Amino acid sequence: MQLTVWTYEGPPHIGAMRIATAMEGLHYVLHAPQGDTYADLLFTMIERRSKRPPVTYTTFEARDLGSDTAEIFKSAARGAYERFQPQAMIVGASCTAELIQDDPGGLTKALDLPIPVIALELPSYSKKENWGASETFYRLVRGLAAAQPKRPANRLARPVCNVLGPTALGFRHRDDVREITGLLFQLGIDVNVIAPLGATPEDLTRLPAADFNVSLYPEISDVAVRFLEKEFGQPYTKTIPIGVGATNDFIVEVCGLAGIEVPDLSAFASNMPWWSRSVDSNYLTGKRVFIFGDGTHALAAARVAADELAFTVVGLGCYNREFARPVREAATELGLEALITDDYLEVEAAIARLQPELILGTQMERHIAKRLGIPCAVISAPVHVQDFPARYAPQMGFEGANVLFDTWVHPLIMGLEEHLLGMFREDFEFNDSAGASHLGGHGAAEKVTDAVAASAQAGEGAIAVLHWAPEAENELKKIPFFVRGKAKRNTEAFARDKHLETITLETLYDAKASYGR
Amino acid sequence: MTQLIPPLAQKALSNCAAPPPARVVLRERGQREVFCGLTSIMWLHRKMQDAFFLIVGSRTCAHLMQSAAGVMIFAEPRFATAIIEERDLAGMADINEELNKTVSRLLERRPEIKLLFLVGSCPSEVIKLDLGRAAERLSMTYSPRVRILNYSGSGIETTFTQGEDACLTAMVPELPETDAAELVVVGALADVVEDQFARIFEALGIDNVHFFPSKKAGHLPPVGPNTKFLLAQPWLRDTARTLEARGAKHLPALFPLGAEGTTHWLKAAADAFGVTAERFNAVTEMPRARATRALARYSDTLAGKSLFCFPDSQLELPLARFLSRELGMTLEEVGTPYLHAVHMAEELALLPTDVRISEGQDVDLQLDRCRDARPDITLCGLGLANPLEQEGLTTKWSIELVFTPIQGYEQCGDLAELFARPLNRRTRLAV
Repeated sequence: MQLTVWTYEGPPHIGAMRIATAMEGLHYVLHAPQGDTYADLLFTMIERRSKRPPVTYTTFEARDLGSDTAEIFKSAARGAYERFQPQAMIVGASCTAELIQDDPGGLTKALDLPIPVIALELPSYSKKENWGASETFYRLVRGLAAAQPKRPANRLARPVCNVLGPTALGFRHRDDVREITGLLFQLGIDVNVIAPLGATPEDLTRLPAADFNVSLYPEISDVAVRFLEKEFGQPYTKTIPIGVGATNDFIVEVCGLAGIEVPDLSAFASNMPWWSRSVDSNYLTGKRVFIFGDGTHALAAARVAADELAFTVVGLGCYNREFARPVREAATELGLEALITDDYLEVEAAIARLQPELILGTQMERHIAKRLGIPCAVISAPVHVQDFPARYAPQMGFEGANVLFDTWVHPLIMGLEEHLLGMFREDFEFNDSAGASHLGGHGAAEKVTDAVAASAQAGEGAIAVLHWAPEAENELKKIPFFVRGKAKRNTEAFARDKHLETITLETLYDAKASYGR
Repeated sequence: MTQLIPPLAQKALSNCAAPPPARVVLRERGQREVFCGLTSIMWLHRKMQDAFFLIVGSRTCAHLMQSAAGVMIFAEPRFATAIIEERDLAGMADINEELNKTVSRLLERRPEIKLLFLVGSCPSEVIKLDLGRAAERLSMTYSPRVRILNYSGSGIETTFTQGEDACLTAMVPELPETDAAELVVVGALADVVEDQFARIFEALGIDNVHFFPSKKAGHLPPVGPNTKFLLAQPWLRDTARTLEARGAKHLPALFPLGAEGTTHWLKAAADAFGVTAERFNAVTEMPRARATRALARYSDTLAGKSLFCFPDSQLELPLARFLSRELGMTLEEVGTPYLHAVHMAEELALLPTDVRISEGQDVDLQLDRCRDARPDITLCGLGLANPLEQEGLTTKWSIELVFTPIQGYEQCGDLAELFARPLNRRTRLAV
């Protein structure tokens, strides 16, 4: 039994819904009690989809248990087929229906519907959303593509690939697909099928016609692309094109798979390298950043943060254990220990302890950041309505790199303003609680020192609380809020190290000299 | 799965006051686009400030709470989910032992909790986890610091607002005994509404008015044979039944939506407590006139417009009564997840006899009817609203009605505004 306040992932049938909702001509019959229909609003409200997800819920009640829940399922499946006339159907159970063991697959088989029906086994009590999406996509690919002939060899036409992984409710999937298919086209590579987003079951039967697969979101597509490699000899991409460096690597990789020459990379333009080298970006150098998200996005963000913005990564982690290994390796290279957890409170404690100057996380970390008064940008699912912008805002490719620069830098206090805040702390309108001027005051940190200090102390519970002399405490308040927590923590660590009981003005500056900025 | 049953046909045979004309209710079973009872924790945990709600359920329950909340407003809210895992189900772990550990972890983390609800869910009901016994067992361990109660908010037994009914029902045995003549207002109200009603009751000279639930779970209204209670919300079937079992008397009334409903509701209490007609009029005259003025601003927008209600909170019937009688809207269909014939008797009597009332839901069939009717405004849940907007229908999210202060005189204008705004938007937008 796990005590949970907020969750990073929903149950696995939500993953299946993300696949079904992304596709056209597919219908999902879900054996589920009343209330599970809440999932519809994820798509219609958070993503603002204008169509209901193609899901029929059987809606059984307590009084049906033990009598005719199987009959309810059959009638719902039959009704869904007649009403929606899908090309194919997936059937399965949500957590409650899993317990009553009605076998949706067998029941639907007995209906003898004239379309392919794929039964899903998604164990709700051990697996989660990403796993459910990945398993559903794999089952669909296997069920619909496996019987197809192998791809013809040695064609003369342009190389062709599939783009696999984008789903409904994905973080910027819509825009990443546009950016990456545009890039592929520029390279001279045609796209055969994009799936699951926008694909029909019939499209999935055409997957074997491609030369190779682009695996955009391994959390969703990894199992499917491995299957396609084994079954049809289609190799797949391992590089995730987030950031300038990774996008260049991706171009080299796909050209290799397509058997074409790598073009001159300088022909592809991104503003990001120059923006990062522009003199004003000196204030980005060494900013301490904490990164948390799904494994793929966290890993990509760490590379961009360190290599393309000159940030210092002080924390790195992911919530999906399935992708923990590369995150652990990357953390080790950065001299860190990766934080692999799906416990929101653990992440919050780590952030409070590390006191980063910027958090790159999910909507969960955005809430932590708000509470602690730390700037934050969202880099990964789970996402909320504000992470579905009206404008084109990919994360991937060269335009994606521009978007990363803008969205990560925007929440920070800008260059000279940072210095002025430090110089004239007591200015009546230009101070901590006023927040960054370009954020219209919304960047203001509420009681940031108290919250941060309290959390930091909680994290060091066993150690006796140090006494701050009044003049040292006053001086501490003159340090800008976005580094004050760190200054306080460093000074206290310094004092403990020197076995001091009281922190004086001298201690404060001794510590400053010893730690640097 | 559609049945037509006149629910009042039998009552018509009894010889009490003139029965309302027999009305045909459309009863449907099928896919329901309605939340389960767990969702009512969204407002209960804000209302009862020293209570904590621990859902014993699955990852789906936790995900529902987080998604239905719309945003995660509270860094650490006063609810959480104990997620049942495979090893609990496989018997590799004693599930009761696991629950003990979870509760102990929670109470260590949150020492300020005075009242803990163990809330049952679909999975906990299906595996027949006895939360009643668990609550008793844990109460013995943590008494008197923490009181531990249980109820079920599962979707196989409750819809949306019935979760509050189940929660309050679980609290009724906890209420102290009294012989005093007291008034209890039952059903969670926004604090501002509670304060307004309290001032009105005071002005009427009704002392000893209690609200249940109240802001502090520690403050429990006493109840006994001389207690009279008003229902502030229409979803309290079991709470009313258990209060009656303790001798309290229900004061039948319209629900306090709109000026007419609020007046009728207050009058029921005034009559029961012997308030004179003069005093009642003197106290209610001003706010009633204010409500009428506030509503007049919306009659241009709303009069003659047609309304179609999908079932959601059980507020649908009182709302339809208010919108049709005080704002002149016409009613296409009024859906409710559950129709309590007795508590709704006053409301039903004021609804036009030709309006289609439906109970339960088969969402695809109901959507067909809605598309046929092309109402000017459709009241529906969040899962349906954007798809219907895309089809050119104007919608109002029903969930806002349970998260907004809408009861009482001073909120009449706000309530009308909720329905006028989507129409107003449609006339303004030129994109």
